[in-house]
Amino acid sequence: MLEINDLWVDVNGEQVLKGVNLTIPSGETHILFGKNGSGKSSLLMTIMGFRRYKVRQGRLSFKGQDITTMPIDQRAKMGIGLAFQRPPSIRGVKTRDVFNICNSNSVSCDELAGKFEFSGLMERELNVGFSGGEMKKSELLQLLLQDPELVMLDEPESGVDLENLEILGKAINKLLQKYLWRTRAKSGLVISHLGFILNYIEADAGYVLLDGSIHCRGNPRELFKGIQRHGYRECIQCQR
Amino acid sequence: MSEVRRNRAAQAKDKKAAFGTDVDLLQYQLLANHEGDPLDLEALTQEDRDKIFQSGVDLEEKGRAGTFLQADHRIVHCAVKQPGLEVLPMAQALEEYSWLEDYYWQAVDVDADKYTAQAELHFQNGYFIRALEGQRITTPIQACLYMKHENTAQNVHNIIIAEEGSELNIITGCATAPHLQSGIHIGISEFYVKRGAKLTFTMIHDWAEEVMVRPRSGIVVEEDGLFLSNYVCLKPVRSLQMYPTTRLTGPGAVARFHSILVAPPGCELDTGARVVLEASHTRAEIISRTITTGGVIKARGHLKGLKPDVKAHLECHGLILAEEGTIHAIPELEAHTAGAEMSHEAAVGKIAEEEIEYLMARGLTEEEAIATIVRGFLNVQIEGLPPELQAKVDQAIEESEMSML
Repeated sequence: MLEINDLWVDVNGEQVLKGVNLTIPSGETHILFGKNGSGKSSLLMTIMGFRRYKVRQGRLSFKGQDITTMPIDQRAKMGIGLAFQRPPSIRGVKTRDVFNICNSNSVSCDELAGKFEFSGLMERELNVGFSGGEMKKSELLQLLLQDPELVMLDEPESGVDLENLEILGKAINKLLQKYLWRTRAKSGLVISHLGFILNYIEADAGYVLLDGSIHCRGNPRELFKGIQRHGYRECIQCQR
Repeated sequence: MSEVRRNRAAQAKDKKAAFGTDVDLLQYQLLANHEGDPLDLEALTQEDRDKIFQSGVDLEEKGRAGTFLQADHRIVHCAVKQPGLEVLPMAQALEEYSWLEDYYWQAVDVDADKYTAQAELHFQNGYFIRALEGQRITTPIQACLYMKHENTAQNVHNIIIAEEGSELNIITGCATAPHLQSGIHIGISEFYVKRGAKLTFTMIHDWAEEVMVRPRSGIVVEEDGLFLSNYVCLKPVRSLQMYPTTRLTGPGAVARFHSILVAPPGCELDTGARVVLEASHTRAEIISRTITTGGVIKARGHLKGLKPDVKAHLECHGLILAEEGTIHAIPELEAHTAGAEMSHEAAVGKIAEEEIEYLMARGLTEEEAIATIVRGFLNVQIEGLPPELQAKVDQAIEESEMSML
């Protein structure tokens, strides 16, 4: 589904990704671990196509098509979706309007909002005065409406209280079709800091990103256990 | 009295205004009051009607408590449908009510500049609207000042009085005939909001590319009175300059100004509002949303707190959608007592790239994303505005969007 070859990326002249190689087959969900500033968000933003992230070298392909220079909206239309870690506030634009923009399957936005205890925020300006948890929920609901084939989540659990974590877990399951007995077609690339997300996602692989390049690949739960125990120090040494 | 006034005006007839491009008034023709055929509603072409309708005035008069329509210097229509309400041509009102002298040129100085002087020296009517004491006229009253003759000056004088405990909702549209290119509109408007009264004034301007506009307004709000002004100017105009002054004279008086302005290339908009909080426990709010697609905007605001326990806020947000556009926000706060609580917030610039890209990640093209953000920016829900008037404001914004983007 997604293939990244030798990806080098600059932001404002600063190198943030240094030769990243990554392949996510159809139906698999992969997790990205790494310290703050290691380049995790940069990788997701580059896959989405944000213009600040300048690809200096390498290639991105999605569903067999080269998307390295493709505009953001076309990537979105091809089936790439991103739940932002810190989405912008947009004054004057109602959450409902943005939900309607995302809605590709004529699902009832109100019904969905009701199901995830979000109805009260529909008429508010997008993200204006939202709590951290409300923003995360808004992001996930937008993705549910967009229904992308590649689901990218940037720290979906940070700033969320325990009660809402459960609700968000439910949304993420739905996004990644974890509940289906038939073969999953959705792929995921998820950034996690706290590892909570592992309880809600059946992840197939994990990586540790350090200083702009991938240092470690393996079973996500084992990786996380190692990080909890030894921090990222081990990963730096291990170079697996 | 009137002679003294005329002398003062005569002496100010060449006096430049404090702000805005100076206009040579001699280049415009002054239609004498007897010139031209009498006009009535039937004489208006469909094109005229459409233009008038776009500025918010419905000639079918459905859902309107009263209507006033003046084309150039002539009264076309003046009607009242509700008791407790008066709508009259100004000349007639001055004849009928000798007490009107106590209001005439009391909120605006006759010798403020050459424009006020011309309005006095070449008076061409205008409207007088008054709600009698305790009358709550919630259905909107509509007034339209329409310019039909090429290269003429329209000089009108309006007085609006909301007597004690009354309520008035006025929508005024100023517009020009479809083929008209140039002219000057000078409009003196004096508002008197008496004790406990509420006056909502919504003005939608739809001028032509070479038209100069110089409104001169003064507002006096007494104890517990509320003055709510909404101003929308989204169509091209050569130059518009206005800076109305409001005096809050009694405790509990409130004034709120909301304006939405768009300046296309070649257009100069120099507008703002000034509120003097002369009594304790008064409140004021000035909010503007401006967009330039190539024109020049000066967004002014001046709050002056003279007594303790006053509260006032000034907010100007400007979006620059074209490289050559200019927005100059000039907010002023002036407190003369420690008990004044005054604030301002101003932000001018282009649309944040981050917001555009965020919406693109949801599947919108760049143009669609910008249009969505601009629509949101202009979508000011004005507190206390009757739904019919909000609908008119929304409609005007919607119509302008296509041409703007």
